[in-house]
Amino acid sequence: MIPRADIRYDEDTASLRLGGAWTLAHYARLQPGLARWKEASTRARQVDMSELQGLDTAGAALLAELFGADRLLELADRAEGLSEERRALLRTVARALQGAAPGEVPPRRSTLLELLEQIGRAVEALWRHAVGLLGFIGLVLTTMASVLLRPRRWRMTSLVAHLEQSGLDAVPIVALLTFMVGAVVAFLGATVLADFGATQYTVDLVAYSFLREFGVLLTAILLAGRTASAFTAQIGSMKANEELDAIRTLGLDPLELLVLPRVFALLIALPLLTFIAMLSGMLGGAVVCMLSLDIPPSLYLSIIQNGVDVRHFLVGMAKAPIFAFLIAVIGCLEGFRVSGSAQSVGEHTTSSVVQSIFMVILVDALAALFLMEMGW
Amino acid sequence: MRATVIEVRGLVNRFGSQTVHEDLDLDLYRGEVLGVVGGSGTGKSVLLRSIVGLRRPNAGDIRVLGEQLERQSPEARSRLERRLGVLYQRGALFTSLTVLENTALPLIEHSGLKRPEAERLARLKLTLAGLPLNAADKYPAELSGGMVKRAALARALALDPEILFLDEPTAGLDPVGAAAFDTLIATLRDALGLSVFLVTHDLDTLYAICDRVAVLANRKVLVAGRLDVVAATDDPWIQDYFHGPRGRAAAQAARQAAGSR
Repeated sequence: MIPRADIRYDEDTASLRLGGAWTLAHYARLQPGLARWKEASTRARQVDMSELQGLDTAGAALLAELFGADRLLELADRAEGLSEERRALLRTVARALQGAAPGEVPPRRSTLLELLEQIGRAVEALWRHAVGLLGFIGLVLTTMASVLLRPRRWRMTSLVAHLEQSGLDAVPIVALLTFMVGAVVAFLGATVLADFGATQYTVDLVAYSFLREFGVLLTAILLAGRTASAFTAQIGSMKANEELDAIRTLGLDPLELLVLPRVFALLIALPLLTFIAMLSGMLGGAVVCMLSLDIPPSLYLSIIQNGVDVRHFLVGMAKAPIFAFLIAVIGCLEGFRVSGSAQSVGEHTTSSVVQSIFMVILVDALAALFLMEMGW
Repeated sequence: MRATVIEVRGLVNRFGSQTVHEDLDLDLYRGEVLGVVGGSGTGKSVLLRSIVGLRRPNAGDIRVLGEQLERQSPEARSRLERRLGVLYQRGALFTSLTVLENTALPLIEHSGLKRPEAERLARLKLTLAGLPLNAADKYPAELSGGMVKRAALARALALDPEILFLDEPTAGLDPVGAAAFDTLIATLRDALGLSVFLVTHDLDTLYAICDRVAVLANRKVLVAGRLDVVAATDDPWIQDYFHGPRGRAAAQAARQAAGSR
C-alpha cells in the first residue's frame, strides 16, 4: 500500500519535504489543505522530494498550485531526489500551466438579466425562423415551377419511393386510427343527442366532422409525426455526412433532388389518405350506429346521401394539399438546418414535428373561421 | 527484459466465415511507442478493440497490465479500464458536452472529485494536449479536426492512464498539425511514462516517434521490431510500404530531422 501523501516543513534548515503518493487518488484530500502550506513553501529555501513515491499530472498540478508554475519549473531542475521522468513530468505540467492563467470563471450575471436575454434570443430566433420558412417556401415554389414544365427533370424513382413510404405504408395506421375516432364521435353523439330524442343526427355529426375536419386533420397530424420527422432525419443525416455539399459541388440542386420528390409525394399521398380517413371514420360511425342505435347501414347511407352536401367533402379535401405542402416543406427545411452533430439531428427532428403539427392546426383553425364566415 | 504491459497470445478473430486474426501474438513493453501498421482490412482496429475489451475474441489470451479483462468482475474490470486511455479515430467526443466537460467527465465519475476541482484538472489536461484555453467552453462541433483530436487526447489522458491507445491519431490532420501531434505524443510519453499502442497509416509518424513497429498481414503479426529491422524484412508488402515513394520520402525526412538535431 502506498502511503498517503504528506508534506513537512523543517524550520531549522528551511526545507520542505514532500513524501508519499501525490496522485489523482489523493487529490481530493490534498487540495483543500494546500493553502496552509503556501506560506511555508515561499519561505522554504530547499525542497526535498526524495521521499516521493508516486507522482502523476494531478499531483504535479497540486505542486504547481503550491509553488506557482514558474517556481515549479525551477524546482523541477533543482529539487533533490527526483528521477529524470518525474523531472520531465513536472517540467511539462509547469510549462503547460505557465502560459495559462488559472481558470478564470466569468462572473455570473443576474437572473433577471439572463431571463430577459433568453426571451430576446427566443423572439429573435422565432422571427428568423419565420423569415427562413417563408424564404424556403418561395424557393421550393420557384424550383417547382421551373421543373414542372420539364418532365425530363422529374425524379420519378424518388417520387414513387417516397409515395410508398409516406403514402402506402401509412394506410393501415390512418385507417385504423380514424375508424376508432369515428366510433368515439358516434358514441359521444349518441349519448348527448339521446336526451333530445335526436339520435338520428348522430349520422350527420359523424359525416360533417369527418368530411370537413377530422379526416384531413387527423391524417395531417399523423403524417406530421410520421413523415415530417422522417424527412428531417433523412436530409439531416445527409447534411451531417456532407452529402448535401457533394450534391451541390456535382452541379445538382438539392431542392430539386431531395425536396421536390418529397413535396410532390406528400401532395399526392395526403389527399388520398384523407379520402381513406373520411371513409374509415364514417365506417366507424356506421358500426356504432348499427350496433347501439339500431340504424342499419342502408339507412345510414341514405341519411348521408340526402342530408350531407358534397361541399363539405370538397372543403375537407381542399385543405389536404395545403397541409401536405406545409408538412413536407417544414420537414425538409429542418433537415437543411441540421448542423453536423448527432444531437442536432435529434433536435431538428423534434422541432419539425412540433412545427408542422402547430402549423397544421393553426391553418385549420383559420380556415374553419374563414369558411364559417363565408357560409361554405 | 523490459516489463510487458500488453500480452496477446494466440488471438483469433472471425467475422462469419472471414478470419481476421489467426493465432496472433503481440507484446507491448512499458514506456515504448509501438506502431501497428498494415494494409486496409488487416484488422488493426479490430486488434485494438479486442485488447481494450470492446470485442470478445473468438479465441486467444489477452493480458493487459497482467490481467485478463474478460475474466474480471465488472468492478475490477472498470478499475482496470481506468488505467487505459483510448483516442478514437474520429475523437468520439460527446457532442452534448463542451470540451471541458468531456475531459472532466471521467474525473468526476471515477475519482470522486467535485466539479470545480475536476474542471481545474481538466483544464490542465487540455493545456497538456496543446489546446488553447478558449477552446475549453466550445462544443465538439465547433472545433477543427486537429482540435477535436487534441480534445479527445485530453479526455484519454484524464485519468493518467498507463497505456494509451491511439487509432490513427494523425489521419485527417494537415502535415503541420500531424507533426505537432507526433511531438506532443512523444513529449507526453517521456513526461508521463506512457506506453503507447499506435495504429497508424502515417509513415512520418512511424519514423518520428515509434520505438518499435509491428506489421499486420496474413492474419498475423508478420514482424515486430525496431523500424530498421522491420523495413529490411523480405516481404513484398513491407518492401512496398517502406520503400515506395512515400516510404522513402518519410525515411529521408526522418534522417534530415535526426541530422539537424
